[in-house]
Amino acid sequence: MIRIEGLRKNFGKTTVLDALDLSLNAGDRTALIGANGAGKTTLIRCLLGEYTYQGTVLVNGAAPRSQRTAVLRDISFVPQLPPPLKMPVDVLLHYAANICAAPENDMRRVGTRLGLDFDEIGNRPFSKLSGGQKQKILIAIAMGRPVKTLIMDEPTANLDPRARQVFFDIMGEQLDRTMIISSHRLEEVTGMVNRVVELDHGKVVLDDKVEDVADPAARLRCHLGLKKADPAFARTMGEWGLDTDAQGIDWRGEIAGPDRLRFLGTLTRYAGILRRIHIDDARNAEGK
Amino acid sequence: MKGFLHTARLDISESLRARWFLLYALIFGAIVVLLFVFGLSESRVRGFTGLSRMLVTYIQLSMAIMPVFVLMTTVRSLAGDREAGINEYMLSLPVSLSAWYWGRFVGRFVVIFLPVFVAMLGAALWGALKGAAVPMGQLAWYSLLLMVLSYCFLGMGFLISAIARTTEMAQSAALLIWLVFLLFLDLILLGLLIRGQAAPGLVVGIALLNPLEVFRGGAMILFDPQLLMLGPSAYLILDLFGRVGFMAYSVLYPLLLGSALALIGFLKFRRGDLP
Repeated sequence: MIRIEGLRKNFGKTTVLDALDLSLNAGDRTALIGANGAGKTTLIRCLLGEYTYQGTVLVNGAAPRSQRTAVLRDISFVPQLPPPLKMPVDVLLHYAANICAAPENDMRRVGTRLGLDFDEIGNRPFSKLSGGQKQKILIAIAMGRPVKTLIMDEPTANLDPRARQVFFDIMGEQLDRTMIISSHRLEEVTGMVNRVVELDHGKVVLDDKVEDVADPAARLRCHLGLKKADPAFARTMGEWGLDTDAQGIDWRGEIAGPDRLRFLGTLTRYAGILRRIHIDDARNAEGK
Repeated sequence: MKGFLHTARLDISESLRARWFLLYALIFGAIVVLLFVFGLSESRVRGFTGLSRMLVTYIQLSMAIMPVFVLMTTVRSLAGDREAGINEYMLSLPVSLSAWYWGRFVGRFVVIFLPVFVAMLGAALWGALKGAAVPMGQLAWYSLLLMVLSYCFLGMGFLISAIARTTEMAQSAALLIWLVFLLFLDLILLGLLIRGQAAPGLVVGIALLNPLEVFRGGAMILFDPQLLMLGPSAYLILDLFGRVGFMAYSVLYPLLLGSALALIGFLKFRRGDLP
């Protein structure tokens, strides 16, 4: 699927990728992690045919640089920072659909599931949208294309919990695709992947299976009890989609399975007022 | 071909929304309005009257403004796109590098030429409405000269953008190149002649390599067939080309130079790192 042998990339005298070897098979959902400067973005840009390099990179048997259009027809990419495009959203979608020979409606369908209202934002310049809206549009374009490989750089960074849940649902429907999800921190992406590759100074320093293979579309039912009501907690739980009783003491709802570590991280901010935390697989909870 | 057309359309759409375009269009619109306001179309200088006089002034002003504007806005937006991550995203879509580069080139050409042309056309139409005779031949010739001049500097802008790694570097290079062309328009050449450090043939040769000078000569030859305003160098130029030959040169040279520079830019762009 993706074969990388002896990949080397220098910028002047600085070596960013140092004889890197890596193979990814169909269906691998790989977390690409590492500190700033580890080489994640450079590796992604080599895979996208955007950088020249030494060594061998083959995506479905084709070289990204010399056969870039053939390679890119089967790769979707979501960047970490949305580009400051001035064109309206409709123009961007139309361009992407035409260039990728993909149905524009499929992209719009994914966007609508993520919570976008194209009637409202279609004529607005892409650069004037909020960070979350931009991210959703880029995800819609990427996941609405019938490609074999998805490359995403911190795809959920700007998404609210509800949009993340939909994102995980869509991922769960596309498990046959090879995915590379880049992140600084493993806990951000661990629920979405079945393999983890860590880069450091341009080399692979860790390549392991993620044994805790969770279904990206899984749901967790949460039940939280508070010592006392708290407005900040209420606001945060509202964003996560949890409901409360009249007193604001008892909170219930569902979160996306891959979001569990992020959710627990959020709860640590309110450790002082939490009396009870119960989290269980939604399917188990229904069976009880 | 599909990628090329879509990219050209996209660049036009993107440029029309940019602030630089608004300023650019306003400047040329304002020039025409001001020329009318100051009654230039009713003035008479060296035998030029009405719209002819006005078009001559307009094209002189265009020569001063358009090249630097084209250079600066082109390099700023192209190099800026690279720095801002636009290339990283847009070139992750399956568009060929030639379709992307040439599509943007054509799209940008349309965007930079149209305001200049439309302003000139608007002046002619307004003059015609007020009862002035429209000099069609002059209008067509000036349109052609403006077209090739903008094309030439656009090619230069694309080459600079492909070479420079940062927006600042690209802008500095663009400004420097424009200044060199401007200085070689008169000042340095006159200096060389006065000090007698260069043969007149060489000086005229240097002048003929400067697209601004070629444009000026081309614009002049229509109403000054002997190029008397150029002084003694007119003899050399007309001996070398003849009147029709020089008119052909003033169109073909900027066209070929712009194409060559844009092509070198493309080869550099294709070989290097894209974002």
